[in-house]
Amino acid sequence: MADQTQQNTAEIKDEPSKKPTSPNADLKLDFNSFWEYSAAPESSDFVEIRKSYDHYINGNFTAPEKDRTMKSINPATEEVLTEFAEGTSEDVDKAVKAARKAYNKTWSKLSGRERGKYIYRIARIIQEKARELAIIESMDGGKPIRESRDVDIPLAAAYFFYYAGWADKLDYAFPGRKTEPVGVCGQIIPWNFPLLMLSWKIAPALAAGNTVILKPAESTPITALKFAEICSEAGLPDGVVNIVTGAGQTGSAIVNHPDIDKIAFTGSTEVGKIIQKSLAGTDKKFTLELGGKGPNIVFEDASVDQAVEGIINAIFFNQGHVCCAGSRLLVQEGIAERLIGKLKDRMETLIVGDPLDKNTDVGAINSKAQHERIKEYLDIGVSEGATMFQTNGSVPEKGYFCKPTLFTDVGQSNRIVQEEIFGPVLTVQTFRTPEEAVQKANNTPYGLAGGIWTDKGSKIFKVSQKVRSGVVWANTYNKFDPTSPFGGYKESGVGREGGLHGLYPYVNLLPS
Amino acid sequence: MPDRIEVLKTYKTYVGGNFPRSESGRTYPVNNRDGENIANACRCTRKDVRDAVGTARSAFGGWSSRSAYNRGQILYRIAEMLEGRKDQFTEELEKAGLKRKDALREVELSIDRLIYFAGWTDKYPQVFGTVNPVASSHFNFSSPEATGVVGIILDDSSNLLSLISTMAPVIAGGNVCVVIAPEKQPLSAISFGEVLHASDVPGGVVNILSGFRDEVIDTLSGHMNVNAVLNTVDNPEVRKLIDENASISVKRVKHLPVESWSDESLENPYLIIDFQETKTTWHPVGV
Repeated sequence: MADQTQQNTAEIKDEPSKKPTSPNADLKLDFNSFWEYSAAPESSDFVEIRKSYDHYINGNFTAPEKDRTMKSINPATEEVLTEFAEGTSEDVDKAVKAARKAYNKTWSKLSGRERGKYIYRIARIIQEKARELAIIESMDGGKPIRESRDVDIPLAAAYFFYYAGWADKLDYAFPGRKTEPVGVCGQIIPWNFPLLMLSWKIAPALAAGNTVILKPAESTPITALKFAEICSEAGLPDGVVNIVTGAGQTGSAIVNHPDIDKIAFTGSTEVGKIIQKSLAGTDKKFTLELGGKGPNIVFEDASVDQAVEGIINAIFFNQGHVCCAGSRLLVQEGIAERLIGKLKDRMETLIVGDPLDKNTDVGAINSKAQHERIKEYLDIGVSEGATMFQTNGSVPEKGYFCKPTLFTDVGQSNRIVQEEIFGPVLTVQTFRTPEEAVQKANNTPYGLAGGIWTDKGSKIFKVSQKVRSGVVWANTYNKFDPTSPFGGYKESGVGREGGLHGLYPYVNLLPS
Repeated sequence: MPDRIEVLKTYKTYVGGNFPRSESGRTYPVNNRDGENIANACRCTRKDVRDAVGTARSAFGGWSSRSAYNRGQILYRIAEMLEGRKDQFTEELEKAGLKRKDALREVELSIDRLIYFAGWTDKYPQVFGTVNPVASSHFNFSSPEATGVVGIILDDSSNLLSLISTMAPVIAGGNVCVVIAPEKQPLSAISFGEVLHASDVPGGVVNILSGFRDEVIDTLSGHMNVNAVLNTVDNPEVRKLIDENASISVKRVKHLPVESWSDESLENPYLIIDFQETKTTWHPVGV
């Protein structure tokens, strides 16, 4: 057996892209022709997307002050899905007034229990409309239907369900303290998990008694606008939730509005820093969930096959558009060659294509701009001297797609190791000792999440204590739950979302 | 002529467990409340700040890895050492212009506050940590961890108690700090370095500089190796400067303007939590 493995390794060196690392070396897997599945597309004919959307302010869809619109594109087909309003500072001001009025007149007067019941209603309606929302999420954002159906939408409902229950139990949340709501919250969310990020923001805010103005990302506004309809359907009092659509300027109008008490932002570290700077000298509270460059550390004693699955999930989940993606593989030297070989084989089996197809593993890159950004990083990687491996499978001609990509021969200071790419691109580094692994893991400005793969429990605890990041997944990756706090160290952000800790940014603490 | 000429103390800084002078060699006169010169203090520079931050960073790994029990014992030891030097600190505060009664009270409150936070080191992780009942088959828990290097900027509202009340929760939580002493009355803060030196606090965990705030806080709050800033100066321009500098590297900022440092409300674990990160770890459950 050992001899055979050695023999295989030698073969791999000769022709790395063609030969599998399986001990059954005579079986040459041809992923291109033998591994095709019949198409299994999810039907989208019952999905209702309006031709155009206005802002949702004070319980109604409200025409924008200025006649400026933007288009939301299906990144898998490059077709326009809908037009929506580009919010100006006048629109934002109108939404803030509605939110302030709702805060003063209705929402803060309501008991926690009744507030909670509204949030439970929202959770239930999301569950009822789960399939439609999942399909829209995949159409608007390009993510595989399997993920939007099994992860995004059920989790979004779960977040509302979880925080609904907190609304009348806030007195038990913070020892020695009573809580009061912060007031009006401005929330800006990214395009990678549109409805899920909305739920992370709106659910705790409402539970704690705040009212909100939320701006979805300009490439994925539709589920937020469908959520607006859900709020109306749930009978939520007017103005408690306001959705203003637009791009960066709209977001800036929210950040700088004087009558907003708290800003919650999820997005890039670059924009996060700009927001933190604009808030300087004000009394506005803020939470920032920013970028990451997650280390995924695999020790020699890990179950290699399990680790390969974990690595795949860590970086190719949602096309790698995940702030906590395991985008830096750190593998212990002794198993590096075997693991990388298996990883490449497994990458070859990933199906890149129609997000609505249930067989699809890797969907479309969210937007043209992001697609170009990723391509730029691939060029940077190559020009920095790294070795690029991409899978052989085909990608659709139309739409924005990127083959799963792996870079070896990278150094810690390479840009593709230091900077967040936000795409299906993995870098591989090796290490000898746990200390070296920790040092490399911590050697970026980020600290959002990381993974550890080992069969030894004590090693997990030692290394997870040393990795400076808000989330550590041991022998798993990319798991989320409403009870579980999420958020970064260092330049990955400030504050936590999810769980009991996720309530903290949405309350002021008073002596009890 | 007095029978004996008093030996005056040279006030230096406290960095890395040593008492260096400012690299600039500059000093500034410190006056008592009646405007009489009582000593000279180091007028620290941007370079002094950078050196102190570097020293603090080197001490972070060791201090944050100490057991909670050990950190608690060391904080208690600081209190013991201060108790033993009660007279020295009371006299020094009197020299600065406080009435004897007030001076004694400030020292005693400082000692008691140290003991208060010493007791929290092995309790706040229990009070603020959680086991999270996730729906999937995982064991999931969240616990607080130190943020890192904290810059502490003190105003002139107190000589000693403000330093104790800010430093104690910061280091109780496993952080290390660089403190800018009260500009007008830095002497007690600098002398407190002697107490730290005589306790079991590892060098570099607490670093104390004196000088002109305007000359040093820009560097301290903008330094990339500082993770958080605790500011007690209640001035809009200072706050804005610190906030803007913090945004360069997403620092955590706590503004803590305090009217009366003797206020008991300053004794609470949320001051520890302000300089903690929450780490959540997931473990699969299975056989």
